[in-house]
Amino acid sequence: MSLAHEEVLSHPDHDIPLEYSTEDGVLKIFGFWIFLATDLILFACLFSMYQILHLNTAGGPTEQDLYNVPEFMAETLILLVSSFTCGLATLEMRKGHRGALMAWLIVTVLLGLSFIFLEVREFVDYVGRGATMQRSAFLSSFFTLVGTHGCHVSLGILWMLSILYQLGRRGIQAITARKVFIVGLYWHFLDVVWVFIFTVVYLQGVMH
Amino acid sequence: MGLVVSIVLTLLALWVVQAHALSHAMLLAVILVLAVLQIVVQLAFFMHFTESAGPRYHVSALALGFVFTFCIVAGSIWIMTFGGTQPY
Repeated sequence: MSLAHEEVLSHPDHDIPLEYSTEDGVLKIFGFWIFLATDLILFACLFSMYQILHLNTAGGPTEQDLYNVPEFMAETLILLVSSFTCGLATLEMRKGHRGALMAWLIVTVLLGLSFIFLEVREFVDYVGRGATMQRSAFLSSFFTLVGTHGCHVSLGILWMLSILYQLGRRGIQAITARKVFIVGLYWHFLDVVWVFIFTVVYLQGVMH
Repeated sequence: MGLVVSIVLTLLALWVVQAHALSHAMLLAVILVLAVLQIVVQLAFFMHFTESAGPRYHVSALALGFVFTFCIVAGSIWIMTFGGTQPY
């Protein structure tokens, strides 16, 4: 296994993606997988909290009062499609097409922005109806869980914009390829977390 | 391909919930299974999680993350059922 490993590393352009072509790239990608595993544990804590507290509404608005099917379906589909366009960006990078790579990243950023727009509008709507974060244990855990995911997505958008800038200046090389690959992993991870928010928060909420 | 499967899984989950065809516990189990399938789709089609320039240590790291996640979620929910029905 380790022999094969060294052999692959010593032939950078032989059938190996650019982002894995340096030892630095390999280590950073591995490090990012470890970050994702720990970030998953953060979300595990927030999900357990939500699952335990979601019926403690203290006489305030309940899940059924708040969740709106077309609204959360739109958020879900936008994020799923953005995960797909981000995957297309990585594929174009593997083929060495800088223009197509940047175009798909821009589409991903725009979809991310529309997701954040819908989510902010949803939160503002809830607060306007008296469903503030301090109203009940249910709402505290709701805003903490969904808001933490929203912060991750917002950070991902800024991150992608900075990578777009670097791609514009430096093109596709080992370092930018590694950055595109890692931001892609992050984006798909956020999609995975959202699928659980969709299932545990929204579907469970409209189920009763 | 990955996109089609992930959207079908999402719509399927919405449909089983809105059809009211199953009992509450069954329904929860079904939508959680659909969510897990969705993770597999994301990992396999988009994140290429088996891909690596050497030994696949990150798969072990990820597996450990899933174990911790399961322990935290299942453990917390289980422990909190001992509190009875009073509000926390």
